[in-house]
Amino acid sequence: MEIRSPAFKENARAALDDPQLRHALEHVKSGFIVKRAMAAEALPEFEKLRDSSKAIKDETLANLDKYLEAYETKVTESGGHVHWAESAADARDIILKICQSVGAKTVTKGKSMISEEIELNDFLEGNGVQPVETDLGEYIIQLRGEHPSHIIAPAVHLARSQVEADFRRVHTHLPVDRDLTEPVTLLSEARKVLRAKYFQADVGITGANFLVAETGTSVIVTNEGNGDLTQILPKVHIVLASIEKIVPTLSDLSQVLRVLARSATGQDMSVYTTLSTGPRRAGDPDGPEQYHVVLLDNGRSSMIGTEFQEMLRCIRCGACMNHCPVYHAVGGHTYGWVYPGPMGSVLTPSLIGVDKAGHLPNASTFCGRCEAVCPVRIPLPKMMRHWREREFSRRLNPATQRYGLKAWAFFARRPRLYRLATSIGIPVLSLFGGRGRFKSLPLAGGWTRHRDMPAPEGRTFMQEWKQREAQKQGARI
Amino acid sequence: MSGREAILNRLRVALREGKDDATREQAVQARIAAAPRGVVPMRGRLPDDDRVTLFCAMAQKVSATVERVGSSANVPGAVAAYLRQRNLPARVRMGADARLGAMPWNTEPSLEIDSGRAQDEDLAGVSHAIAGIAETGTVVLHSGQDNPTTVNFLPEHHLVVVRAKDIVGDLETVFDQVRQTFGKGHMPRTLNFITGPSRSADIEQTLLLGAHGPRALHVIMVDGD
Repeated sequence: MEIRSPAFKENARAALDDPQLRHALEHVKSGFIVKRAMAAEALPEFEKLRDSSKAIKDETLANLDKYLEAYETKVTESGGHVHWAESAADARDIILKICQSVGAKTVTKGKSMISEEIELNDFLEGNGVQPVETDLGEYIIQLRGEHPSHIIAPAVHLARSQVEADFRRVHTHLPVDRDLTEPVTLLSEARKVLRAKYFQADVGITGANFLVAETGTSVIVTNEGNGDLTQILPKVHIVLASIEKIVPTLSDLSQVLRVLARSATGQDMSVYTTLSTGPRRAGDPDGPEQYHVVLLDNGRSSMIGTEFQEMLRCIRCGACMNHCPVYHAVGGHTYGWVYPGPMGSVLTPSLIGVDKAGHLPNASTFCGRCEAVCPVRIPLPKMMRHWREREFSRRLNPATQRYGLKAWAFFARRPRLYRLATSIGIPVLSLFGGRGRFKSLPLAGGWTRHRDMPAPEGRTFMQEWKQREAQKQGARI
Repeated sequence: MSGREAILNRLRVALREGKDDATREQAVQARIAAAPRGVVPMRGRLPDDDRVTLFCAMAQKVSATVERVGSSANVPGAVAAYLRQRNLPARVRMGADARLGAMPWNTEPSLEIDSGRAQDEDLAGVSHAIAGIAETGTVVLHSGQDNPTTVNFLPEHHLVVVRAKDIVGDLETVFDQVRQTFGKGHMPRTLNFITGPSRSADIEQTLLLGAHGPRALHVIMVDGD
């Protein structure tokens, strides 16, 4: 998809001025956070499972080449085909060739963020193959010509009335006077329309939540059952997965499954967890005749061995964005590419370059909630800091910011001078502070244009700290 | 150089820093062979009866309905009654599963049974689970000659028969059984873990049942046999 990350600031401004979006984002704030907290609370071993899942992904990444080879061997043994795609273009070509080999006209698709990453739909359409998204949220945004605004709730930015308008616009074969005022009627209509598509499709494409090296198995996790209908009805099943989706064994799969749904939607387990190994077996009454796995790299192998390796632990639960105050304020489209929220702010610069995605790691308050809820304990704020450092060392941020930071660094590296400067500066600011706040301040227009700057009251942090420590000492004696 | 070699080479060069290739290869094969268990929740580690009770409670929590029958001979009656109570036609889709086949379906002469893979218009399907998982209220089914996967997804009502003695505490126990049945490293083509009926919350985060899969999941638990 078109990269709009460089326009993050403009995107954010537009998002903040959109009352409908602000209303829709309330659902993220209220729903996901409470549900995750309750699910985590109800399982005493949850924190240990997070540690265990982190360790599993670390072990896999430390030997990713070996696990990929082991996985490939098992897929081949079970009659499946593994295709390796270095780039998005490679993956698109591989998929198109498979589609063309069976003369495919229609392709149904389960939810896959990697499909967004490689811009598969436009490509297939341009080559005469009609892709049909089957996840309800993905179907809605496909009708609108949009992209997902959330990795597990793609249409979270929309209101029911917008979906109704889209269904009326597109489903013109249905009676005009039908009632679509309730979400349940919209769901029924989508179910009916998509049922026909599953049976029409020649190829079904799904993503994979995990790939199991022990058995050569791909795993999808859904609530709707669309992924299953996508993969069992057509003649050909293509699994599109990135190389870091591997877990070593079924035992490891048990661990990561326990943290995935709880972190994502607060469910103990999603409705459908489906393990697929190879094509239909002799005598099977249903299932695909061909089973293909496309393993996508697209920049990930270059993250191994760098300070961004840990990002590849990500299992795409969405908890980081569900808990992010910046995401809550601006929504997913503002981030300007496939992956929004904190995980996107770290991953996007790795995949498309920090020169294009530099605003993303800066769009953080560093409140740390993303890291606190990450099921595989990815140190997201630390990694955003790595990107800020790289941006600085490559001179990508504006000169005023660079000089400001340099001036601050000069003082920060000289604690005595810093304390002296602040002990003079603070009383001065406090003197001019008037009623406890500044409406404008020289050099801080970016801040004061939208809100007041609180005026310091009293003394510096270090002075306060020293006094409190001294009091504590006194109290102990 | 093929894409495969290019990707693997990049990984190899980046990862070789720690240990050499042969050592890593050995360690990886050993880890896959050992498949060490991680953290298994205490929740499912219960005496038999309590485990079955927990399974029922967890399944109901995710909007499945659960009915307990004394023996497998009662299953056909339970299926027919389920359809009657919901004003559904007395007709089900069912695979040729031997466990289901051994049940006395002739006690329900008005019940029509369609065999083979499911069709779009099927209203009710009956399958036999290999296990139920107490920790989450999940039923486990696998594909095979006599077990079409389509029965689990196309009909509006999915009726799943599971034996009380097949209710296990946790996921790991199911995977141990699968390894035993199919051999370590081998799997049935499709292994379905189903936890409640199909649902979606994609429109305004309002949770609704019956998205693309069954609108209702009915578990018939066989206590005897």
